Amino acid sequence: MTAYNVPSKATGADPIVVANGLRKSFGTVPALRGLNLSIPRGTVCGVLGPNGAGKTTAVRILATLSDPDSGHARIAGYDVVREAGRVRERIGLAGQYAAVDEKLTGRGNLRMFGRLYHLSRREAHRRADELLDRFDLTHAADRPVAGYSGGMRRRLDLITSIILRPEVLFLDEPTTGLDPHSRVEIWDSIRELVAEGTTVLLTTQYLDEADRLADDIAVIDHGQVIATGTPDELKATIGDRLDVTVEDPAALPAAATVLTVLIGAETTTAGADQLSVALPATGLRLADIVRELDHAGVAAADVSLRRPTLDEVFLRLTDHTEPVR
Amino acid sequence: MTATTTPLNRLGWTLADGLTLIGRELARLRQEPGQIIAALVFPAVMVVLFGYVLGSAIQVPDGGDYREYLMPGLFAMVTFSAWLGVMTRTASDATRGVMDRFRSMPMARLAVPFGQTGADLLTGLLMLTIMVGAGLLVGWQPHRGLIPTAQAFLLMIVLRYALSWVGVYVGLAVKNDQVADAAVPLGLPFTMLSNAFVPTDGMPGWLRFLADWNPVSALTAASRELFGNPGAPSGNAAWPLAHPVTAVLLWTAALLVTFVPLSLRAYTRRGR
Repeated sequence: MTAYNVPSKATGADPIVVANGLRKSFGTVPALRGLNLSIPRGTVCGVLGPNGAGKTTAVRILATLSDPDSGHARIAGYDVVREAGRVRERIGLAGQYAAVDEKLTGRGNLRMFGRLYHLSRREAHRRADELLDRFDLTHAADRPVAGYSGGMRRRLDLITSIILRPEVLFLDEPTTGLDPHSRVEIWDSIRELVAEGTTVLLTTQYLDEADRLADDIAVIDHGQVIATGTPDELKATIGDRLDVTVEDPAALPAAATVLTVLIGAETTTAGADQLSVALPATGLRLADIVRELDHAGVAAADVSLRRPTLDEVFLRLTDHTEPVR
Repeated sequence: MTATTTPLNRLGWTLADGLTLIGRELARLRQEPGQIIAALVFPAVMVVLFGYVLGSAIQVPDGGDYREYLMPGLFAMVTFSAWLGVMTRTASDATRGVMDRFRSMPMARLAVPFGQTGADLLTGLLMLTIMVGAGLLVGWQPHRGLIPTAQAFLLMIVLRYALSWVGVYVGLAVKNDQVADAAVPLGLPFTMLSNAFVPTDGMPGWLRFLADWNPVSALTAASRELFGNPGAPSGNAAWPLAHPVTAVLLWTAALLVTFVPLSLRAYTRRGR
């Protein structure tokens, strides 16, 4: 599999997260096979990949929870293995499940973790109140977390990880399992942190999440980065899409034949009466396509040219049967 | 933010973080008044159940009062609850990612196990105090004076502390609170397979062997001896029952020497 190398849009800045050739196996199963990553300060890097691609393993190594078998990584210049203590002073971690004490109240959790971050008692209390207020949890602050909704828990987990105002925040699937409303709330919180200059590494399965939040995206598969770039750059790499909607669903096969002959690429069915095909960067014009469909007796209700969605990019990149161009 | 460089500094933070985690356990108790009530009711139920229901049919070997015989056994039962409690709390932290959060923070590495065992010691003292109150109410008392009485309680406390380290290690090893919860009901048969409630003399040979060498039996025998309660072993007792105080101290040392390093290694290891 060849690797893409799309230059990052935020060039010139010093990368605050650097991973070089990270390898890690569990028993005989390789989880990371030479992972490289570079995140400029103050940006959001979305790490995308199918389940089992190595996203969580990568985050655990960068967050000093796990050692790589080989390769090395630095956070703000400090080695994650040899200078783990220095790294821990600069990072925050929020996971897939809310890592807070369910028996304690929200305020109790923030105060306890504040003390464990070595804030003074007064400072830990002040910071807890401030975060609860800013992230709209004051109304539930004195209830045990066990009674919180999924979204509230996740928000508490998130703000617990920013008590020390970390330089780098690792978010491992921060909205997995949340309802749409809670997801938007978490997104707003993340945007607010980024505005303050926190660098965020975000793993996610939701491509719209990466599309909305990430400055740069790294697509991981089989423990390696197979593509990097801004969402727009990634979309450009697979070319524009042509959607054809026919008036009579029975004409779909005929339309597919016309498009395949004309464009030379396989079409995919996008609905009962819709076909989608990747358009190569040749001089094919929309008018030619409409005319050819007409010749074949296919009545097209709509023929439209659009940018691919990130989902299509992701499927193309991680589709192991189809060679990546 | 913090420079934990000098050894003295590091020790200071270990203590401070350990105290924060002890405070956490106390705060959890405050959030769950049900647990405190359960802790109060449990000794009363045990004393009534064993002291009056079973006790009415049990003959104490040297003709003493059964409730005098029983209380050292109940003290041992409370002591041995330590490892189960610490195990479930540790496994729950590991399952819910709290342990990972601790590990990703710039806090003292050893504070977590020390905080957890320290907190258990406090709750253990509270439970023991309540059990002593229950014993005094039903007529149990120490008969040999202040020093042996203090020695008996000291033995319970040091063994409890050693047992809580077993809990830390097992909790970190299973890493799954459901497995840990499933292990809790094994605590009762383990305690009952001893001299805590009945003399071991009447048990079949192989069972008696297990019961005589069960550390619960050693602690029970040691407290009976130090409190001057009935049930002193007869002439041909097994070694741990003939030398119960030494046996308890040996158990304590062996558990600490084994499980403190194992737990610390399991906590600081950065495997998965």
